[in-house]
Amino acid sequence: MENNKFESQFEAKLANNDVIEPKDWMPENYRKHLIRQISQHAHSEIVGMLPEGNWITRAPSLRSKVVLLAKVQDEGGHGLYLYTAAETLGVSRDELLDNLLTGKAKYSSIFNYPTLTWADMGAVGWLVDGAAIMNQVMLQRTSYGPYSRAMIRICKEESFHQRQGYEIMTRMAFGTPEQKAMAQDALNRWWFPSMMMFGPPDAESPNSENALKWRIKRETNDQLRQKFVNQTVPQAEYLGLTMPDPNIKWNEDKKGYDYSDPDWTEFKNVISGNGPCNKERLAARNKAHNDGAWVREAANAFAKKRKEVYEAA
Amino acid sequence: MTKQEALFNYTLRLADTNLILGQRLSEWTGVGPFLEEDLALTNIALDIIGTATALYEYAAKIEGKGRTADDLAYLRTDREFYNPKLVEQPNGDYAKTIVRQVIMDSFDFYFYTALTKSKDETLAGIAQKAIKETTYHLRHTSSWIERFGDGTEESHQRAQNAINELWQFTGELFEVDEADTLFVKEGIAVDVTAFKATWEKHINDIITKSTLTVPQNVFMQTGSRKGIHTEYLAYILLEMQALPRMYPGAKW
Repeated sequence: MENNKFESQFEAKLANNDVIEPKDWMPENYRKHLIRQISQHAHSEIVGMLPEGNWITRAPSLRSKVVLLAKVQDEGGHGLYLYTAAETLGVSRDELLDNLLTGKAKYSSIFNYPTLTWADMGAVGWLVDGAAIMNQVMLQRTSYGPYSRAMIRICKEESFHQRQGYEIMTRMAFGTPEQKAMAQDALNRWWFPSMMMFGPPDAESPNSENALKWRIKRETNDQLRQKFVNQTVPQAEYLGLTMPDPNIKWNEDKKGYDYSDPDWTEFKNVISGNGPCNKERLAARNKAHNDGAWVREAANAFAKKRKEVYEAA
Repeated sequence: MTKQEALFNYTLRLADTNLILGQRLSEWTGVGPFLEEDLALTNIALDIIGTATALYEYAAKIEGKGRTADDLAYLRTDREFYNPKLVEQPNGDYAKTIVRQVIMDSFDFYFYTALTKSKDETLAGIAQKAIKETTYHLRHTSSWIERFGDGTEESHQRAQNAINELWQFTGELFEVDEADTLFVKEGIAVDVTAFKATWEKHINDIITKSTLTVPQNVFMQTGSRKGIHTEYLAYILLEMQALPRMYPGAKW
């Protein structure tokens, strides 16, 4: 009876476009859905530091080096806000990290693809961050307050990242023939994996229905994917690059581009651990965590000693 | 050597020191011991590479031969780099990175404080920005030395090993050549000999306060002022300069 009352209050808030705050009552599967989604997003930011971190020491100019450093640092910062937002739902960061390190938790599959040339730093910013923004813009208005507030900040920074990526693509596409070839190759390799970032087609998306109902999500996977194609094709045209999908053409009826679906078998393979870099990414996170264990222990031991001294005084 | 060449060399050496240290620190980005520290160390790397960039830009201007800051960073060989050997030493474990950093931060604290008073306005301006950042870096790294020294047995041992290993590279920081002496007289360069004793006391305090010890009678390595480095520098440059070397003339 009591629960019913809370539930109708919760429903009323959602219907009213009100924000749900940590102290508000919420249905258990709403909480679980949010923990899963926010922590996956946090893990994606942290794992996403690796493919771009891969090029920091080889950034080809002083400016590109600091821009890339700052960008990867932003991603770490996003991970931090998101872990904190998840903690408001009653899980600890250690618990979430443990799920990542043991391979139990998922992160965005895009980061299981390798960054092979400097142009990939452009393509990742332009396409991967571009796709991420499509997803994230709607999350600024998501129903859960701490998540929504984290996303407002994250979106501001992500749009810088996308511009930074596009700037690299521009320099490459209008640079020497070798640079242009690198840019085209990066677009070829990153296009379909970026399209996969919106998730499976609506008909096969298991988590979408509740997410829409709870206003955790506000547009479907396919709607977002279409928007992304519409945005990206003219940008590629400006760069003088060829979209790696012969079926892309303007469709006047739907006022959007037709396109080919990505290879969903590949998508499933990468998600289930068989992508080109799944093992390396997880191994790198585990190595960093294990190498850092003595550092964290030292900090804790020191803090404990100081606390004892302080309390004794 | 003309005065212009000497000022170019002086500025270039400071730029190289910052760039190579920043390059080493940036190897940690994404794989730090925990998230907050990853962000903090990356901040330090960003500051230091920012200082390097300002210094290279000024060096390029002094030289006046059309070379850019990027040309200076990316198109010189290891024999033409003049950073002290300390900053090119590998990151090792986090204790070694932090010990290397606290040595540089405490040195830079005195160095850039003095450089703010340089009669060369550009150098003084760069120093004014750098000193604000260095003060923060020093606070951060010296607090880690304290945690390592008085944390666990393991952290104590790792920090002590790092100090013992790196101390031989501290002598180079205080080397002075003819050009330095001339510029000190003119109020352009920093007289490092003037703060050597203060620095020694300061770094000693940081280390002993942390229950660690400074090794005595260490033989000091030398050579970087002649462009003679440890074996590590050539690898750093090979990696850092790969793209501009592979694609001459390309703009990034």
